[in-house]
Amino acid sequence: MQQVHNGIAILIPMENRQDRHILSLKDVNTFYGKAQILFDMSLAMSRGEVAVLLGRNGVGKSTTFKSIIGLVVPKSGSIYFKGEEITGLPPYKVCSMGLGYVPEDRRIFTGLTVMENLEVGRRLPREGFEPWTSERLFELFPNLRGLGKHLGGQISGGEQQMLTIARTLMGNPEMIILDEPSEGLAPVIVDQLANTIRNLKENKVAVLLAEQNLNFARRICDRVFIIDHGRVCHESTMAGLTGDVCEMYLAV
Amino acid sequence: MGAFIVQFLTGLSDAASLFFVAAGLSLIFGVSRVVNMAHGSFYMVGAYVAYFVVSFLPKGIFTFWSGIIIAALAVGVLGVIIEILLMRRLYKAPELFMLMATFAVLLVIADLSLWLFGAEDKIGPRAPGLDGSYNIMGALIPQYDIALIVVAPLILIGLWLLLNKTRWGILIRAATEDRDMLAALGVNQKWLFSSVFFLGSCLAGLGGAIQLPKGGADLLMDLNVIATAFVIVVVGGMGSIGGAFLASVLIGELSSFGVLVLPQSTLVMMFLVMAVVLIVRPYGLLGKPEAEEHLPPELVESPLRPAPLKFRLVGLGVLVVLILLPFFAGSFQLVLFGEIAIFALACMSLFFMMGPGGMVSFGHAAFFGGGAYAAALLVHYTNSPMELAIALAPLCMGLLALIIGWFCVRLSGVYLAMLTLAFAQICWSIVFQWSGFTGGDDGILGIWPAKWASNEVVFYYLTLLVSIGGIMILRYLLFTPFGYTMRACRDSHLRPDSIGINVKRQQWFSFAVAGVFAGLAGGIYVFSKGSVFPTEMSISRSFDILLSVLLGGVHSMSGPLVGSTVFIWLEHQISQIPFYKWGLQIQPWRLILGGIYILLVMAFPQGIAGYFGRRFEGTFSVNK
Ligand SMILES: Nc1ncnc2c1ncn2[C@@H]1O[C@H](COP(=O)(O)OP(=O)(O)O)[C@@H](O)[C@H]1O
Ligand SMILES: [Mg+2]
Repeated sequence: MQQVHNGIAILIPMENRQDRHILSLKDVNTFYGKAQILFDMSLAMSRGEVAVLLGRNGVGKSTTFKSIIGLVVPKSGSIYFKGEEITGLPPYKVCSMGLGYVPEDRRIFTGLTVMENLEVGRRLPREGFEPWTSERLFELFPNLRGLGKHLGGQISGGEQQMLTIARTLMGNPEMIILDEPSEGLAPVIVDQLANTIRNLKENKVAVLLAEQNLNFARRICDRVFIIDHGRVCHESTMAGLTGDVCEMYLAV
Repeated sequence: MGAFIVQFLTGLSDAASLFFVAAGLSLIFGVSRVVNMAHGSFYMVGAYVAYFVVSFLPKGIFTFWSGIIIAALAVGVLGVIIEILLMRRLYKAPELFMLMATFAVLLVIADLSLWLFGAEDKIGPRAPGLDGSYNIMGALIPQYDIALIVVAPLILIGLWLLLNKTRWGILIRAATEDRDMLAALGVNQKWLFSSVFFLGSCLAGLGGAIQLPKGGADLLMDLNVIATAFVIVVVGGMGSIGGAFLASVLIGELSSFGVLVLPQSTLVMMFLVMAVVLIVRPYGLLGKPEAEEHLPPELVESPLRPAPLKFRLVGLGVLVVLILLPFFAGSFQLVLFGEIAIFALACMSLFFMMGPGGMVSFGHAAFFGGGAYAAALLVHYTNSPMELAIALAPLCMGLLALIIGWFCVRLSGVYLAMLTLAFAQICWSIVFQWSGFTGGDDGILGIWPAKWASNEVVFYYLTLLVSIGGIMILRYLLFTPFGYTMRACRDSHLRPDSIGINVKRQQWFSFAVAGVFAGLAGGIYVFSKGSVFPTEMSISRSFDILLSVLLGGVHSMSGPLVGSTVFIWLEHQISQIPFYKWGLQIQPWRLILGGIYILLVMAFPQGIAGYFGRRFEGTFSVNK
């Protein structure tokens, strides 16, 4: 009896969560071999937000993303997307539910042309949303226009970064997670990227970033999760982020 | 002039079937990273199925070509079945274990084919409508050859369109580059892998079926074609279909003209072409350098510590038992244990280059069998005494390994392994074909130990001394600066360079050392058997050694020792099964061995010793 009660007690907030939260992690513990990287990582992201995982190098941001998308399987804990549990599902299933992933090392298919890279990412349109086409994406990423026939390996780093995001968008995701998109990009390109992400928000795509670059995150994000040692150690709105927190957890 | 043109066209037509096989192999490897040894079997099965279908159907142009297509499709289905039942369970296992599984499939298919298709070679039916010849300036060329010359480029174009103009092809190319990213973009790889296995197997089946009117069908096709296919893939450039086509034409022309010049020279020419191509273009004619040559991860991360005390005590115990064996065992056991010791040395030498050296060889029997032949030839032609023959065999094999290794270390990973197999097959062919010198298929007989060692107990001790001595020297080498440098080279191709170590040279020497000790094992082996046959150099023998090492696990030195013991014991047990009682003419040992391998791979994807090593880590580790 007790257990049933407990079960219900857990279930009800979950239902609520389904309404408000597009993505949530609860007590996720992830290991590489014997090394534990994530320690009871919990976070919840509301619909319509642009949020960021902010933290120094090596604190586990990428591992969090890999756990979400299914490239590594957490040892314990749960991950929910749109209210459904996705913990341990293979990447292609998570992806087909509408979650797009842009890895930090970009991983363009260098032997494929820009158009072919986009084709790889293409998935069926999502009900109620206008599907992304290469034409629409070229409007969003003007730099890519005209590069359609170029090999992925022959375009610049900034163009590659645009291409990875465009490629993921071709899957018509409801939400995308972007791992350090601004890293290694020239300031002009970073500005464009910021515009693009704002644009995505207008297109009703939820965005979760991982960043070390506070200035970039500050320009586009509504909510911030500060990560240290594989857990969320501070959560607030971007506006509510105070200098002492930054000083404590970020290399500023 | 006419003869010249005809010879040229014959070469082109020979290239067709080679191209189909190599393209299929390359496709499958590119996507699934499986070096599919069973690909050769698919080729053979394609030829047989086409033979039976074409003989069964009424004669006619339409039925003939239907037969060819049915055979190709049937082989495609066979490939998918194997992929779904076996490979799919193993994609998470180390790459070498997938290789082991495909070789097991090859063994199983070999025996099943013998049983299903019969031992007789089949002479292919003529293709109706194409059974005449064209006269080219006085020389005749079969019409069928011309048909093949037309078909091959058509298939090439078809494959190119498929890979470049369809979504499926784009996904296949993406998968070849980065499978994980493809999955993260929402592509379910299961069907992609199955479909590529289907296409690849179809191509192998087509290759076998389409050469039927020219070459017929026999039971040796599987291993023969796989070696050539490896050469083509390496020469053409991994993953490049166009390269496979070019290389097939090159090899086809070489064999065609080689036969004119000197029949035995074709293999040597193949060797020379491969050598030239690899020197000029290490990644093959149209291959691209791999961004990062990845070593199978199971080979890295084996730190190799001196065995803990308890482990050494176990080893000492085994040694004492081996030394005391003649006092309580019969002569039969002595021979068996002698054989195990020799085989253990051969396995240890492969482990030496594979584990710490990070170079996998699919052709180690070249040195083991080569050592046996070197010793046998010395005795046969120069009457040299046993001691000298055993001493010279490893030296000869060291030299051979220096030659072969010089080419091989230019490549790495799977390419290197394929090259070792190609070289081993060339060595085998030389021994097999040069019957005037090596006795060919009949081998060399009457190689007995010297008088003082002819007593079986004395010879047993001699075997132990040589084998265990060799094993101890290899072990000792691993813990000298030579061994440390070797592992440094394996673990990083960048760092050793920057501290002034010549990685290639280090690998080259390690390769040679492995050759020396395999040669030593072969040298003593020939005296224990009294004879040597080409099978000691065959691909099967290479895989006996390789699979024993994998069985035992490449993580520790006990691996090859355990693996070789289990292997010889298994072989012995199988040979004891009284199949004749059940009316079987032949021992289906390949079937049984293959079945056992498949079970073992599924049960212990880390190898036996690796498995137990982990299981009993607490028992045997000192203070961890
Ligand atoms: N494949 C891996 N195997 C083992 N350890 C890893 C692996 N990837 C990352 N790590 C370790 O996990 C920790 C967190 O890495 P990561 O999630 O990439 O951090 P971040 O993205 O915040 O920089 C680091 O200490 C890193 O060294
Ligand atoms: Mg990171």
